[in-house]
Amino acid sequence: MNAEYQLPEDECFVLNLGPQHPSTHGVARIKLTLDGEYICKAEPVLGYIHRMHEKMAENRTWPQFFPNTGRLDYLHALAYNQNYACLVERALAIEVPERAEYIRVITTELNRIASHMVWYGAFVLDLGGFTPLLYTFDDREQILDLLESVTGSRLTFSYFRFGGVPNDIDDDFIAGTKTFISRMRERIKMYHALITKNVILINRLKDIGFIPAEMCRKYGASGPVARGAGIDYDVRRNEPYSIYDRFEFEIPVYHEADSMARYMVRMDEILQSLRIIEQAIATLPAGPIMADKVPKLIRPPKGDYYHAVETARGRLGMRAVSDGSAIPWRLKLRTPCFSNMLIFGEACRGMLLADAVALFGSLDLVIPDVDK
Amino acid sequence: MAAYIKSILVGTWSLIAGLAITLRFVFKPVVTCQYPHAVPKIPDRYRGHIDFVYDPATCSHKCIVCGMCQKTCPSGCISLEGEKLEGAKKKTLSVYQLNFTTCSLCGLCVEACPTGALTFSKEYNLAGFDEKEYHFDLIKRLQERP
Repeated sequence: MNAEYQLPEDECFVLNLGPQHPSTHGVARIKLTLDGEYICKAEPVLGYIHRMHEKMAENRTWPQFFPNTGRLDYLHALAYNQNYACLVERALAIEVPERAEYIRVITTELNRIASHMVWYGAFVLDLGGFTPLLYTFDDREQILDLLESVTGSRLTFSYFRFGGVPNDIDDDFIAGTKTFISRMRERIKMYHALITKNVILINRLKDIGFIPAEMCRKYGASGPVARGAGIDYDVRRNEPYSIYDRFEFEIPVYHEADSMARYMVRMDEILQSLRIIEQAIATLPAGPIMADKVPKLIRPPKGDYYHAVETARGRLGMRAVSDGSAIPWRLKLRTPCFSNMLIFGEACRGMLLADAVALFGSLDLVIPDVDK
Repeated sequence: MAAYIKSILVGTWSLIAGLAITLRFVFKPVVTCQYPHAVPKIPDRYRGHIDFVYDPATCSHKCIVCGMCQKTCPSGCISLEGEKLEGAKKKTLSVYQLNFTTCSLCGLCVEACPTGALTFSKEYNLAGFDEKEYHFDLIKRLQERP
């Protein structure tokens, strides 16, 4: 589209993409101003699934907020559980036992792969390929079966506790995870042959949907969106939490900044997560899974606490202010999807509508995480 | 020109290779669970709604009406009442209602129980027509259990 020529606003066509559109994966609404099929302006409209999670935290005790964390980004619920557990553990100065830390890493990384599998299937579905969705959900099902045997739940796990984990992993889980790792490596090869090399996918993604590094910095985008733009940033390595500094893994970074780069970052991340799980299982120590000195009534001392983790979608930060009582005074959630979504308005300007849908899919948004 | 023809050939080959992969899946075994002809295996730790643990010593439940489950529930879906029977030192449970419509299956109540009176049921077929079907009377459920 000619960038200098702009239709007057009253001659443009206004289209609501969502809130009930299949490609928006939830209740995201984007107000598009179109010139033919080209986008002049796009405004994301938020708040359709706003549930006041931050306010809810101020109305309940510290442990009672646990189920809420898994409902922000339901696809990578364990990372949210982990961040909240780590945050309160930092406030209470609780030392988590080694074994519990390893279990947390193994389950969270498994959950990360499951999250990427949902994105993968849904993303290719957005581009018009239905079959891969069935294959990726088959892989995800294997992970969910494993996690269900440990946590008892398939989606909103609420598995971690302050000071450790409530249930230990058993030999069946470890054997199942090992089988899954070797299976998944083969499947990734199959996905590359089936999808990544597919000419239609390449033409839809390559050199389309630019999100350069400056734009990422401007909006605070993180995760695969930033890494696809060449920003080498991952909380797991830049600010190591839990025991991530003990494992060898690479942070995949691509410099092309197009939809294809973000796609490749996620594909490589799955392999890196498998590497982490493999190392964690090999060095899994024996011992207790809960810390000894966890108080019955959680009352973190007066103060301001912050903790951040890397979720499947980017940097999740939680800031808690405690006044010394059993109820949080304030809990601020910095969710990755919120920043990643707002980038869409600027990034899709001048694009074709169909390409903008591909760009939207490559951002991997979970709308409850945006709206909180 | 040569690059153009090459791109067409490579593109066509990628589609054929993809079709060959999907064709291979046709001859692989079915991966989905054939519900309702086959029933899924429910793991031991499955978190269904809560239920009382049967105590063979008293032929009843282990609840001591401390109200910890009620206090710890984030959604306030448990309501219980106890009454003091004549001659008894402690309260006995008279009403234990679970409002399953607001329960988020977090399991905090089970962990909070000091006597281990609560457990998770393995029920997953919970479709119904009326909200009242999800107000469970746990005492009644325990008595009706074989």
